[in-house]
Amino acid sequence: MSDKDLETNTGADAASSNKGLIRRFLDTPPDNTSKTVTVAVALCLVASMVVSAAAVSLRPIQERNSALDKQVNIVQVAGRYEPGMDVAEAFADFEPHVLELATGEFTEEFDAYEFDDRAAASDLTLSTPLEDDPASIGRQANYVTVYLLRNDDGSLDKVILPVYGYGLWSTLYGFMAIEEDGNTIYGLQFYEHAETPGLGAEVDNPRWKALWRDKKLRTEDGEGELAITVAKTPPPQGREYFVDALSGATLTSRGVDGLVRFWMSERGFEPFLERVKAGEI
Amino acid sequence: MAQTYRNMLVDPMVDNNPITLQVLGICSALAVTSSLQVAMVMAIAVTLVTAFSSMFISVIRNQIPSSIRIIVQMIIIASLVIVVDQVLKAYAYEISKTLSVFVGLIITNCIVMGRAEAFAMKNPPVASFVDGIGNGMGYGLILMLVGFIRELFGSGSIFGVTILETVNNGGWYVPNGLLLLPPSAFFVIGLLIWAFRSWKPEQVEEREYRIQTVESH
Repeated sequence: MSDKDLETNTGADAASSNKGLIRRFLDTPPDNTSKTVTVAVALCLVASMVVSAAAVSLRPIQERNSALDKQVNIVQVAGRYEPGMDVAEAFADFEPHVLELATGEFTEEFDAYEFDDRAAASDLTLSTPLEDDPASIGRQANYVTVYLLRNDDGSLDKVILPVYGYGLWSTLYGFMAIEEDGNTIYGLQFYEHAETPGLGAEVDNPRWKALWRDKKLRTEDGEGELAITVAKTPPPQGREYFVDALSGATLTSRGVDGLVRFWMSERGFEPFLERVKAGEI
Repeated sequence: MAQTYRNMLVDPMVDNNPITLQVLGICSALAVTSSLQVAMVMAIAVTLVTAFSSMFISVIRNQIPSSIRIIVQMIIIASLVIVVDQVLKAYAYEISKTLSVFVGLIITNCIVMGRAEAFAMKNPPVASFVDGIGNGMGYGLILMLVGFIRELFGSGSIFGVTILETVNNGGWYVPNGLLLLPPSAFFVIGLLIWAFRSWKPEQVEEREYRIQTVESH
């Protein structure tokens, strides 16, 4: 730009100083350093406002979705689900309790309706690191939310226990429904995973899920060792402890086997299931 | 203007398809095409992101300093992608559970960046928007074709509706497990590129070398 140009420019600016800051800014050539910085800062501000506005305004709907999704799965695993039903109403029949895993006792320390299992599992004060870790979860929560389903006369019908563990690509989160005898499985269902569609994701296949119905966790004679197995061949204890592995999904099946055996062991729900068995719940 | 809006929409379908001709966006085409429903949501998401990012970039194209233009484009694209992801989580929760990872990867999809840099930086907003829609749909078209083949032969269904009853469900069809794994999309896309170039020979690239005859001495 020549001196003459500059003069005319400043002259024009003076003439129309009411041209405004924005207009003058827009007329500045973009490769000017201060303009580069201003554009960068302004863009970041606008972008962050858009993103946070979207995140904040949509969060209530997202939370409702994920809570509803969990409720649907709890109702489904207990066999109470029918398409088109009012899930919230059906879910009201389920009685949530926060359970201390080590003792198998319910605790009143937390509000069962507010307790966040996921947060508790990664909270250093509420979870324990695992040395021997068949479910590959790293830390185990000390407290989890379990759901009780009662018959009309108040006797226990089923308990719904949260289980989770690593499959091939992802952590599988699910619920296991156990009958009032504390040993017979009613169903297993995962509500969150990212396994391969068509292979590992067949854990969602109704036919495979139906295999879990009426299987037993532990042998009923002697010391009652944990026998439930997901494998290609039945365990020595017999077919009532056997769920056929998914074909083409060895690692997912192994993961499910590991997580079920872990959560049903004495480090998982065994103390609680003992109490269910004794009819204390 | 050299191109009409109609051309901008139609060209990227076959004549200048981002996947088969420009061979861009292959990674996400491998990842999300094992079921049609997921492929369709991904196609819509990419189309919206490409269209709106091109439009916004085009609106401020004369103000973008060339030294930071790529980062400016990235910020606009990334913000839109996050918004799309949040909207999916709010209104299509089931799908977002399987798609969330890949939606984040739209940011790195070469088609979005490519259109921003090659088209939106030089053209007015409306044209850029149309161009983005066209390219997104071109990408979506291939995604749907690949998804159709993979879901039909891999799971025996279309949009989750069973067409070929699989053995797992007591039917007769033994699904092809390979088609459910990402590498199969390579084969399908490769065959599609072959088909497109047989149909439109002008798409065949010129060889970079020529076999020369050796002169005898």
